[in-house]
Amino acid sequence: MNALVSFIIFGILVAIPWFGVGVLGLDSLFGIIIPYACFLVFVIGLIYRIIYWAKSPVPYKIPATCGQQKSLPWVKRTFRDRLESPFYTWEVVLRMFLEIVFFRSLFRNLRADLYGKRLIYGSAKWLWLGAILFHWSFFIILLRHLRLFTNPVPQIIQGLDYLDSFIQTFGVPPVYITDILILAGLTFLLLRRFFDPKVSYLSYGSDFFPLFLILGIVITGVLMRYYIKVDLYAVKQLTLGLATFNPVIPEGAKIGVIFYIHLFLVSSLAAYFPFSKLVHMVGVFFSPTRNMANNNRAVRHVNPWEYPVKHLTYAEFQEKFREAMEQAGIPIDEEVTKEEHEWYTMYGPHKNI
Amino acid sequence: MSLPKPEELISDVNLHKTPEKDWMDIKPELKKGYYLGIVEPKYLEELDLNTLGKWQPYDEKWPLPENWKEIVRKEILKRMEKHRSFKLFMDICVRCGACADKCHFFLGTGDPKNMPVLRAELIRSIVKGEFSTFGKLLGKFAGARKLTEDVIKEWFYYFYQCTECRRCSIFCPYGIDTAEITIMMREILLELGIGTDWGIKPIHNSYYIGNHVGVPPHTFKENLEFLAWEFEDITGIHIDLDRYINRKGAEILYVPMSGDYFADPGIYTMMGILALFQYLDLDVTMSAFATEGGNFGFFHSLEMAKRLHSKIYEEAKRLKVKWILGGECGHKWRVWHQYHNTWFGPIDFLEVPKSPITGTVFEHAKSNKIVHIVEFTADLIAHGKLKLDPSRNDHLIVTYHDSCNPSRAMGIFEEPRFILKHVCNNFIEMPENTIREKTFCCGSGAGLNAGENLEIRQRGGFPRANAVEYVHKEYGVNQLICICAIDRAVFPTLLGYWVPQVEVGGLHELVANALVFEGEKSRDVDLRRRPLKRPVKGIDQSEE
Repeated sequence: MNALVSFIIFGILVAIPWFGVGVLGLDSLFGIIIPYACFLVFVIGLIYRIIYWAKSPVPYKIPATCGQQKSLPWVKRTFRDRLESPFYTWEVVLRMFLEIVFFRSLFRNLRADLYGKRLIYGSAKWLWLGAILFHWSFFIILLRHLRLFTNPVPQIIQGLDYLDSFIQTFGVPPVYITDILILAGLTFLLLRRFFDPKVSYLSYGSDFFPLFLILGIVITGVLMRYYIKVDLYAVKQLTLGLATFNPVIPEGAKIGVIFYIHLFLVSSLAAYFPFSKLVHMVGVFFSPTRNMANNNRAVRHVNPWEYPVKHLTYAEFQEKFREAMEQAGIPIDEEVTKEEHEWYTMYGPHKNI
Repeated sequence: MSLPKPEELISDVNLHKTPEKDWMDIKPELKKGYYLGIVEPKYLEELDLNTLGKWQPYDEKWPLPENWKEIVRKEILKRMEKHRSFKLFMDICVRCGACADKCHFFLGTGDPKNMPVLRAELIRSIVKGEFSTFGKLLGKFAGARKLTEDVIKEWFYYFYQCTECRRCSIFCPYGIDTAEITIMMREILLELGIGTDWGIKPIHNSYYIGNHVGVPPHTFKENLEFLAWEFEDITGIHIDLDRYINRKGAEILYVPMSGDYFADPGIYTMMGILALFQYLDLDVTMSAFATEGGNFGFFHSLEMAKRLHSKIYEEAKRLKVKWILGGECGHKWRVWHQYHNTWFGPIDFLEVPKSPITGTVFEHAKSNKIVHIVEFTADLIAHGKLKLDPSRNDHLIVTYHDSCNPSRAMGIFEEPRFILKHVCNNFIEMPENTIREKTFCCGSGAGLNAGENLEIRQRGGFPRANAVEYVHKEYGVNQLICICAIDRAVFPTLLGYWVPQVEVGGLHELVANALVFEGEKSRDVDLRRRPLKRPVKGIDQSEE
């Protein structure tokens, strides 16, 4: 049901440019205005989101530790320990690098199965593999697209393009490896949302939607390259115009509706991005359980809103138990005096913070 | 309350089948044996907390204040403003499901709301439904819903079926920490006046008497006297107890856990620690007031945790010690390691910890001046300062349980293993995916170790017990060693149900078992009077 609603919304998103460009001929609306507007929403939305997060302080240093702490000099810490329980900043940086670039934590994944009364755990790297395939392919495809926004095309982008398409045997134009891999990755991620009972149970419509959207983008892109040819020269004229803030709809040339569908889906994704779970791309950098060092006892972390709290003092305690302590022969401290201490609280009827 | 036989208890668990109905449409049904009772209002009042009067969770209508929605909304926003973690974790989950089968409560119940992702969705859906325009607009499609009284019941039910063990968080690709979310949610429940009997009474005790179990100072001393007397009776070695209680000017302040001088088998750990102090002639003392290193406050609110532990540094100052040594405990070390320094620092009235026996400077604790007793003892052994005879533990086949918080919120893995390898000859690891950072909770941590919720405890502890059962059957393991006081309190119940052949103890009990004292007498039992494999020959026999 969730997936169906998602798919219908996705279908509407495909139909809008189809109708808008194919029937109404609103080329500039779909070629210039909407992409610019959506890109603006993307940038401002993301900045807003980052500021929104950054405005809340990190009161405590709460790294999750998956390796040996740095303690006594003779306790050996392997390289893995340094990455999983970082003490120094460079170790934290490396941990974050592995997390963001290679999805370290996801690589740890296990699968639990119950056989009668026995729990068995097995390695389960499929999710990791699917995620890696999808994210890395997406990233490379994004980079490849820079050839549409630059003139001349930088060497490095050309090189990337060449590497990605080195399998030349399928005829002209050569097939991009990332096109195949991203389709494989996305299909896997989508299928598990349908068929893994746990994942299916916890998926919302908004979990299917981005998958459909990105699949739509990939499929329209692939179609454009291999089957429904568009005027590439005209496309580049348009994209370069967008990139140089000098946008024009190429005169006379017919780019093809499929391109506008592709572009509209990309625009939708950009505009949707900052308001959805897709912000995990930026959020992961902020995660306090990963980006903090496990050196709490060596380096103090300061909480900007820390406040003194109400507690019982020893003097009050001793006054209460004095007699019993004396009888038991526990030393009495005659030097202490009862003192009021300043305190605040955020609880109960005495709320004052 | 009686439970079904172990093999029947989990026969209803199917990890690969989910309910027909959407989770949002399933009303919370508070099952007996799964939830904690509510505390008498006077305990909350005496701690300056809100109360809802006399009531229990099974009441049809909860006595929430009239403006409860307003309170909840305000408190959620307040916590998002104060904690970036909470704010961020509400936004970035993609529901990939990597955490789903990592929670011991899910593995023991099969209840989808015990999948960490759905536990977090219980609040995430409210944040979307109450504060986000898109969420309000799209509703269920985007995972948003409205705040109702049922939601509060659900929160109470499921955030007290989480032991803040952090196992799920290490599998999360974004490091979303359910413990963090549970901490916030329990704070919000407390703000409404919802406090559990098993949680608030220990807090009250710790606040006014000094420790969770409410042992007053003279009884504290009596209990230790009993341990010292028992130790002397077995080994012939006298422990000079007076110097260890409330003595000013000692070099070190030791902070014990109440579980270790209150009940079997924790008391043997305490006996071991006292024996070690005596062996080393260590210049150490314990406060008569700061008699609790553990912190039930942490299971209700960070502020309460700070209120309870203020006494530790205050007492260190009063007793004029140089540094602080902390006992074997689980969440305690989460609090000591990750929060103390921020709460009570800068600790400039103490000195950088230095072992008076080995001269080792504990550089890693140079700022907040607290050392874990396991680090301290490992250092002693590494320097050859303890004469140990591991064969005195030959009657035991030992496995080691990595207690959750020292593992995933501190990273103490090698030190306890180093000690174990020196104090016993038979040490067997449990299966790889159930130890170290992937260790399973005992199922009763974070204030869940009560009687009325026994069924959920036995279910939650099932994954851990299952791994113990495996090493018991394969290798004949008969002793589980842990470094957590709650572990020592609850494992006898848990293993008594699942693997009754395995006994439970702390690390320092084994240390003391293996410790060779100058002038000790002959004995054929260990410190809990279990027969030794080979009797110890002491001074009374050495002439032959």
